[in-house]
Amino acid sequence: MNFLVCISRTPDTTSKITFEADSRKLKEDGLVFILNPYDEWYALVKAIELKEKFGGQVDVIHVGNSNAEVVMRKALAIGADAAFRIDIEPDSSWEVAKYISDFAKTKAYDLILLGKETIDHNGSETGAMVAEFMDLPYISYCNKLDIDGTKATIAREIEGGTETSEVNLPFVLSAAKGLAEQRIPNMKGIMDAKKKPLDIIAVDKLGSDLELVRFELPPVKSGVKMLAVDDMDALIKILHEEAKVI
Amino acid sequence: MVLVYIEIHQGEIKKSGLEAICFAAQIAKLKSSPLTALVLSNSDSLAGLGNYGVQNVLVANQNIDGSDSQNLCSLISQVAEKNQANYIVLSNSSIGKSVAGRLAVRLNRPLVSGVNTILEEGGKLIFRKSVYSGKASAYYTSKNDKAIIALSPNSISPSKSGDSNATVSSVEIAVQPSKIKLLDRNLVKGKIPLAEADTVVSAGRGMKEPGNWGMIEELADLIGASTACSRPVADIGWRPHHEHVGQTGIAIKPNLYIAIGISGAIQHLAGVNSSRKIIVINKDPEAPFFKAADYGICGDLFEVVPKLNEAIRKFKSSNS
Ligand SMILES: Cc1cc2nc3c(=O)[nH]c(=O)nc-3n(C[C@H](O)[C@H](O)[C@H](O)COP(=O)(O)OP(=O)(O)OC[C@H]3O[C@@H](n4cnc5c(N)ncnc54)[C@H](O)[C@@H]3O)c2cc1C
Repeated sequence: MNFLVCISRTPDTTSKITFEADSRKLKEDGLVFILNPYDEWYALVKAIELKEKFGGQVDVIHVGNSNAEVVMRKALAIGADAAFRIDIEPDSSWEVAKYISDFAKTKAYDLILLGKETIDHNGSETGAMVAEFMDLPYISYCNKLDIDGTKATIAREIEGGTETSEVNLPFVLSAAKGLAEQRIPNMKGIMDAKKKPLDIIAVDKLGSDLELVRFELPPVKSGVKMLAVDDMDALIKILHEEAKVI
Repeated sequence: MVLVYIEIHQGEIKKSGLEAICFAAQIAKLKSSPLTALVLSNSDSLAGLGNYGVQNVLVANQNIDGSDSQNLCSLISQVAEKNQANYIVLSNSSIGKSVAGRLAVRLNRPLVSGVNTILEEGGKLIFRKSVYSGKASAYYTSKNDKAIIALSPNSISPSKSGDSNATVSSVEIAVQPSKIKLLDRNLVKGKIPLAEADTVVSAGRGMKEPGNWGMIEELADLIGASTACSRPVADIGWRPHHEHVGQTGIAIKPNLYIAIGISGAIQHLAGVNSSRKIIVINKDPEAPFFKAADYGICGDLFEVVPKLNEAIRKFKSSNS
């Protein structure tokens, strides 16, 4: 069984976010970049678990410049077999999805996995787009997946509950907490990763109709107003007059 | 024209659906174009959507399940093409998220998801969304004045803009049989889904043990709130997973978030820092949550919460 895991590189959550002078680009110096946690902990590890069970190959793909090779090596150290980098800086998830699906169409994957979102843009956009480009079913926010032959049974999170469904391979899924258990790469994995293939694929820039106007930092909170511990009147006033919940 | 897709849940228009309508009405107004709403099942309240700026409601009655994004995309895109919709608005719900990306591809136009505000600058529509887990905003525009917009729940308060009825008619659109077979849908009964809740009471490890949650549920009941929790509390099974908010849980933006016995770690804040007002109850004056709060009470939750519940009960009985 062959798996494709789409991986992204994001600033660590504890990062202090600032922008370049033109307000259109993240200031990268001083930031620590990581493999997007949902891609790593759930999508990648689930693919590896399934490969261990059924045999096959796990490929990872990233669309972006060479700065991402560190996190791609990490994916190989965790257990992916081969990595592919589409060498272009995308401006939109539409472009990312287009490059990934163009690549995937040249192979025969049984399952394409992504994290439920990246922790930088929090868009949750690419999975549905890849599925549409490939004309495949898409199941988002999966937290459980069993495969039996060509049939997959999936549980997913929806607002206020869960949903279980059945679909035939191949399809695209986005991975949420619960789908797999995080794995820490071991020494052997890290050594092996150095010898695994990391192919760079040149493509033409597609461009997109989406234009980033600017980034902006939120206004600083005016500061917390501390209330005396027994001043229930003040709290009641806030709940009644400001929040209007009573 | 502007097309808005809205979800109907047990015959009722979802709150997030009404928000999407009002947002779409803002676009329609700025573009001086008509607004059409598309729904999958009939509901008594459809004609009343005229009050929110909708001219036409199209009811697609052919038994398609909204959770199959392939079918839903096929339906929405056909309606959009027939009616030459430039902007398509949906809620950024689990259904909206799975179909929005598909629509962007099928109709070849940009997608801006998680949008919370619209503005007009130099004749262009600009859409704002929150990025980097609430630590910044990004503003986007579409170069060809066509886009798919997925609206973040709780971003706007729906309000009536007129007093007229919308025309309700049905549409027949052919879609392929679904490739996804739904086996079971399990919804927590009687509760507002966290992502849509206006008011949320949330508690963390400071509660000491699961048996202490009675006072949290009581407070939530008293003020009509949904309950949430921090991650460790869900991880050790004190609370169900669907209550877990934060970076790895649900991201919420209620009008009021009350955090009780939660330290306010950055990963927790990532999911709640867009709340309009935050009240923090914590016994540690150094708890990082106070820095993100509007109001803080530094004290023992086991004293403060019961006292607060008592005060609310008293307030309610003297005002009823
Ligand atoms: C990658 C990653 C992702 C994460 N994702 C999430 C996430 O999505 N959501 C999340 O919540 N966490 C997340 N975490 C965990 C997060 O870092 C914190 O560990 C967690 O939020 C702490 O939970 P807590 O505040 O309930 O517990 P604690 O940090 O133990 O805080 C308990 C608080 O209760 C207070 N307290 C104790 N007793 C009382 C009392 N009697 N009266 C009043 N106050 C009292 C204490 O002063 C303390 O501030 C993540 C961590 C990582 C590394």
